[in-house]
Amino acid sequence: MSKYYLNYLDELESEAIFVLREVWAQFQNPVILFSGGKDSIVVTHLARKAFYPSKIPFALMHVDTGHNFPETIKFRDDLIEELGVRLIVGSVQESIDQGRVAEEKGKNATRNALQITTLLDAIESNKVDCAIGGGRRDEEKARAKERFFSHRDDFGQWDPKNQRPELWNLFNGKHFEGEHFRVFPISNWTEMDVWNYINRENIEIPSLYFAHEREVVWRSNSWIPNSEFLKLDEGEEVVTKKIRFRTLGDITITGGIESDADTVEKIAQEVSAMRQTERGNRSDDKRSETAMEDRKKQGYF
Amino acid sequence: MLDNNQLLRFTTAGSVDDGKSTLIGRLLYDSKSIFEDQLEAIESTSKKKGHEGVDLALFTDGLRDEREQGITIDVAYRYFTTPKRKFIIADTPGHIQYTRNMVTGASTANAAIILVDARHGVIEQTKRHAFIASLLQIPHVIVCINKMDLVDFSEEAYNKVIGQFEEFSSKLLVKDVRFIPISALLGDNVVNRSENMDWYQGAPLLHTLETMHISSDINKVDARFPVQTVLRPQSEEFRDYRGYAGRVASGVLRKGDEVTVMPSGFVSKIKSIDSFSGEVEEAFAPMSVSITLEDDIDISRGDMIVRSNNKPEAQQDIEVMLCWLNNSPAKPRAKYTIKHTSNEQKAMINEVLYKIDINTLNRSTEDTEMSMNDICKVRIRTTKPLMIDPYRENRTTGSIILVDDATNETVAAGMVV
Ligand SMILES: Nc1nc2c(ncn2[C@@H]2O[C@H](COP(=O)(O)OP(=O)(O)O)[C@@H](O)[C@H]2O)c(=O)[nH]1
Ligand SMILES: [Mg+2]
Repeated sequence: MSKYYLNYLDELESEAIFVLREVWAQFQNPVILFSGGKDSIVVTHLARKAFYPSKIPFALMHVDTGHNFPETIKFRDDLIEELGVRLIVGSVQESIDQGRVAEEKGKNATRNALQITTLLDAIESNKVDCAIGGGRRDEEKARAKERFFSHRDDFGQWDPKNQRPELWNLFNGKHFEGEHFRVFPISNWTEMDVWNYINRENIEIPSLYFAHEREVVWRSNSWIPNSEFLKLDEGEEVVTKKIRFRTLGDITITGGIESDADTVEKIAQEVSAMRQTERGNRSDDKRSETAMEDRKKQGYF
Repeated sequence: MLDNNQLLRFTTAGSVDDGKSTLIGRLLYDSKSIFEDQLEAIESTSKKKGHEGVDLALFTDGLRDEREQGITIDVAYRYFTTPKRKFIIADTPGHIQYTRNMVTGASTANAAIILVDARHGVIEQTKRHAFIASLLQIPHVIVCINKMDLVDFSEEAYNKVIGQFEEFSSKLLVKDVRFIPISALLGDNVVNRSENMDWYQGAPLLHTLETMHISSDINKVDARFPVQTVLRPQSEEFRDYRGYAGRVASGVLRKGDEVTVMPSGFVSKIKSIDSFSGEVEEAFAPMSVSITLEDDIDISRGDMIVRSNNKPEAQQDIEVMLCWLNNSPAKPRAKYTIKHTSNEQKAMINEVLYKIDINTLNRSTEDTEMSMNDICKVRIRTTKPLMIDPYRENRTTGSIILVDDATNETVAAGMVV
């Protein structure tokens, strides 16, 4: 066998770097959509590698729902300082205050869907023509159909049935004024690949991913963290558990799992033995079978 | 997982109802790549639809319309890993726009699985799929003769299909063809060896995919480095750094190699090959690196760095096999943007030499209108030379797409002849 082949992680890395460099070459004003979660952290790490020894030539954009884990915000600010890149924040609270969106009502109210408006407003007002995301095709069935370069019309909408064919590695980012692209450099990565890569590259991630003691409530099959936003239902009780989070979203809807994994290596082991998908703990995806597809068409991440 | 595991990309092809979705579901299920919540979701959908048992096809039929109509409308990607390899599946639909979608899925594939219904044998659709696999130069083709349970697992039925396939595939350029009798529904010879077909001596499908030799699928001879962008750091430390960033398209480049920059023709030597983790001595396809040269030459995106003793052809008149991908047909002598590696030029389709009838493989020089799914040999004229290799020698430097400037859509994909 020839020695000239890459192992699968190196090949995925090389593909992602290639995509990031295409973005830089094909767009005027790209940003990285940074959520503070592991996928966008990996994308940011890849961008660092892609342009080294230059700095990352994009701003990071964060859609702030106001319902954050404080750890996420701290992590974000530290990273921005270390990288020396610009941060753009789109605030859901501001969108609410300006009457652009209305807060959901009821027990399961979240700000998840409200992010769409804030995100699209931030893209428009900052004249962003390409938003780079950490979406992966293995995450969810609607995402399995995404292109690397995914076109959005001037309302920010995705038309899954009318996507541009994507062949070889020839990416077509051409668009008209007002339209934009979403680009997903780690499309072909699985959750396991992300953890193996974080482990291999020693990438720093928020403490929330590691097992820690926390006040939580058992709700829709997972441990929801106690926070100022949590309203207890009858029969619900706050308890302290050793948990960790598998994905990071709003503090109001991100469920933790009981775990002792306190290193990346242990997490990778734990994930490889899991029998539930990572989004299985997110109530935003459980609303209906096509919840993700419906949100994505409107312009969701 | 072993650190030296490779990635294998494959695509599936077959007519409607040949069992593509069931096969992929079976591969994922039997290799334990399906999570409980996914299984629960499709169990409940199967029940709602009144299916008995779990309909494994639901794993891949993702979008709302597809699930409602029970069809696959676009390319969907699936992933699974075994202790031996990581796999990426491009699941493409078998009916409407099959050519367009299969061409898309095939463009990056190491292998194609072509499904044949054992009851019906090789049909026109099978021939089309084999033709596209050869046109796109997919290195390995596996013909899965499915639904063997419906023909009493008969060896005769299996041999009949092989005979039919070989009869017409002799006209095609497929390098490596294998045949496996399977039942996607029951799992025979998919992951586990069938107990119903003792007469079959070969390996089950998964084992075949895990062990097939793919290191030679990429051209390792002709060094080609298309420049994506130039890195010019603003920092004090790297003030004079000028790195050419790109991904090696084929071949191997080493520090000290004498190289030529195309199309300008300037000659220099590779001073360093850099990555974030430090300098490397050599770079091979498909590594993404940054290259510096001994001499200060003007190089920008779209240029190609190649070894001086092995150059591609710089051409403005290019013959390609073009597959039309768009709803609106090609306009005679209209201008398009042509994309080739990192290069982009204006182009015009000067002449349609012939159209291929993909059912008969006959060439027609009379009907030369190019509509969706048509495959034609054409002559394209570009405003500036492209540095091309024949597609059969180099899938990266031998491929192009055309973009319609009026809509910005990707309207055609082409392979340099
Ligand atoms: N008896 C039998 N039925 C099968 C087999 N594979 C698939 N089918 C059935 O054939 C039908 C079409 O399968 P599907 O996977 O949706 O085909 P696709 O259109 O190629 O994706 C379904 O009813 C399957 O259950 C098989 O090996 N044996
Ligand atoms: Mg199907």
